[in-house]
Amino acid sequence: MFINTRNAAGSHPAGSRTVNRRRVLQGAALAAAALPLAACGRGGATGKGGEVTSLKVLDYYADEPDNQIFQKALEAAAEQVGVTIEREAVSGTGLIQKVLQMSSSRTLPDLLMLDNPDLQQIAATGALAPLSTFGITADGFIDGFVGAGTYDGELYGMGPCANTLGLYYNKDLLDAAGVAVPTTWDELKSTAKTLTKDGAYGVAFCAKASYEGSWQFLPFFWSAGADETDIATPEAASALQLLVGLVNDGSASQSVVNWGQGDLGEQFTSGKAAMIVNGPWMTNTFNDSGINWGVAEMPVPKAGDTAVSPLGGELWTVPATGDEARQKKAAELLAVLLGKESILELNTTRFTIPTREEADADYLAELPDMEPLVTAVNNGRSRTAKLGEAWPKTAEALYNAMQSALTGKAAPLQALQTAKADFVS
Amino acid sequence: MMTEPRPGPARRQMRRREEAFRWAFLAPAIAFLLLYFGYPIVKNLMMSVQDYTTRTFYTGEAPFVGLANYAAVVKSSVFSTALINTVLFTVGSITGQFTIGLALAVFFKKHFPLNGVMRSLMLLPWLLPMIVSSAIWKWMLDKDSGVVNQLLGLAGVENIPWLTSTEVALVAVVMVNIWLGIPFNMTILYSGLQDIPDELYEAAALDGATGWKAFRNITWPLLRPVVSVVLILGVVYTLKVLDIILGLTEGGPSGATETLATQSYRLSFANFEFGQGAALGNILVLISLVFALAYLRMTRSGVED
Repeated sequence: MFINTRNAAGSHPAGSRTVNRRRVLQGAALAAAALPLAACGRGGATGKGGEVTSLKVLDYYADEPDNQIFQKALEAAAEQVGVTIEREAVSGTGLIQKVLQMSSSRTLPDLLMLDNPDLQQIAATGALAPLSTFGITADGFIDGFVGAGTYDGELYGMGPCANTLGLYYNKDLLDAAGVAVPTTWDELKSTAKTLTKDGAYGVAFCAKASYEGSWQFLPFFWSAGADETDIATPEAASALQLLVGLVNDGSASQSVVNWGQGDLGEQFTSGKAAMIVNGPWMTNTFNDSGINWGVAEMPVPKAGDTAVSPLGGELWTVPATGDEARQKKAAELLAVLLGKESILELNTTRFTIPTREEADADYLAELPDMEPLVTAVNNGRSRTAKLGEAWPKTAEALYNAMQSALTGKAAPLQALQTAKADFVS
Repeated sequence: MMTEPRPGPARRQMRRREEAFRWAFLAPAIAFLLLYFGYPIVKNLMMSVQDYTTRTFYTGEAPFVGLANYAAVVKSSVFSTALINTVLFTVGSITGQFTIGLALAVFFKKHFPLNGVMRSLMLLPWLLPMIVSSAIWKWMLDKDSGVVNQLLGLAGVENIPWLTSTEVALVAVVMVNIWLGIPFNMTILYSGLQDIPDELYEAAALDGATGWKAFRNITWPLLRPVVSVVLILGVVYTLKVLDIILGLTEGGPSGATETLATQSYRLSFANFEFGQGAALGNILVLISLVFALAYLRMTRSGVED
């Protein structure tokens, strides 16, 4: 999903100044930090050892503009709680491996960002501290995001920014064809068919053989009333049938089985796809391309149904490092980051969606085009809320079923049954 | 002779010192091997008989499960497909790389203008990072807008679903891997050809053996030691090809390009099934080992000859 669209080249030319200053601060901070650490002793962690002056932060916002945006937000929050930060940003795909290495050598940072579907895996290891310890509650945050941050009944992570999937459309192409933005599956089928001409496809989605494919399938799967606890149901099959139908009647390219979300973006900005399923992280790309775009909620099976889309976004956690003073400080910093003001600032600059409903009105006053996605996020569902650690297996089953049905190997229901037997049970 | 003062102990001491020196020079290499090869191999073997999860990293607990991981991996529905694909991928890639590489090597043996320039251009695929090659090939092989289909379209061929059809995808992936492997084959075989003395061809030409005949009776037999080295190294390299397949198809569509290497990667780094990933990795190492041993044997006999 989100992280897969990032590349590993996390260089940030504009950030060299920050890095230098960070280096200097690091030196001073490390010397100071050594004192309380030494004073704690093993497991002692009374926090009496001395004042915390610096916190280690790890995230995967390595690419611009996110890198700068979060650097500033974290520095501002740190200043409020009276510490400095030593931030490290790694590539999206490298984060989990880094976190696992750090947890085995007990060198986890004080504040750790995780992609929301990964939280369960890491919380299960026992490496994270419950946020309730520090008085951070889930009050006011949207249910779906709270679900993503909760493991075994305890809240371990929360974040300021959410994202989800919507139907992005090329206004010019729709106007030229004289069609409206589809809201139901039937409308999606007919609109996509009408828009398929002149070497352009009506619609594009991602059905790749990776978690990215499952993530894109979920809006159809959930909106149809299917449930991840049993993937081989008629509802799930109807969702898969919709996608198979779009490919079979030529409204979507066969290449969807091989396109990632970045590829979808390219199809859209080059005018080769009139509508695509994608998320707000593409906003900058779409704006730069000069395409006259709009975004709508995902179409639903029939009029009146509620669209249920998966929640994306990152969660910030406080690892159980054993140093209570530092953990407390990190939680204080997190609380500032989760404040209404910070949420508004971060989301309007990143085009992501606020995780607190009370920020929505101000947010929409600035970015009215985002309304469909704000609704989608508020109705959204996290991938792991029901299955927890078992989610990756189900996700694997889902993309395998998609691939099998879309390549014509099996009918949708049969494909789902086979995938369920092969991967989930 | 009698005047020489006690030669025994001094010489023995010197020998001992020499020995110590020898070991001192060897020590870094031994340390390196133990650290970078010994430890990972042992660790991987241990991991494959443990229930190794994300939890293990923090708690250090990884219960011993015997051969359960191996059983799970082999029983998995993906295994047989991956094994067959691995064989097809390896045989296909090696055949293509070797044939074209050999043809080019023979071709470049002739003297003609710009020979050197062209030969260095042929090395390009080798210099590109795999991930770059795969990204570019993915564009080029796109069914609708890829340049390959557009060129074929000029010749009246209908769009081929290179990466999106379960029947064609493996062929496409093999094609790209052949393209990548040609430089290696060509370079090694070319240097092998340089060792064959020209006089042999001159003598053969007097007897009327030129062209194909000369190739069959002179080039091929004399090139044989190099050929076996190229083929065995090629097999070992190809068995572990990962980035190209991940970049092009991610193992899809519907498992059509899933190999043991991609499956092992998926188990460990996407599904966090570290034990099973290690088990499959070890199976792959075992297969490579057979070829590596054959390689060692051949290079040794080559030296003795």
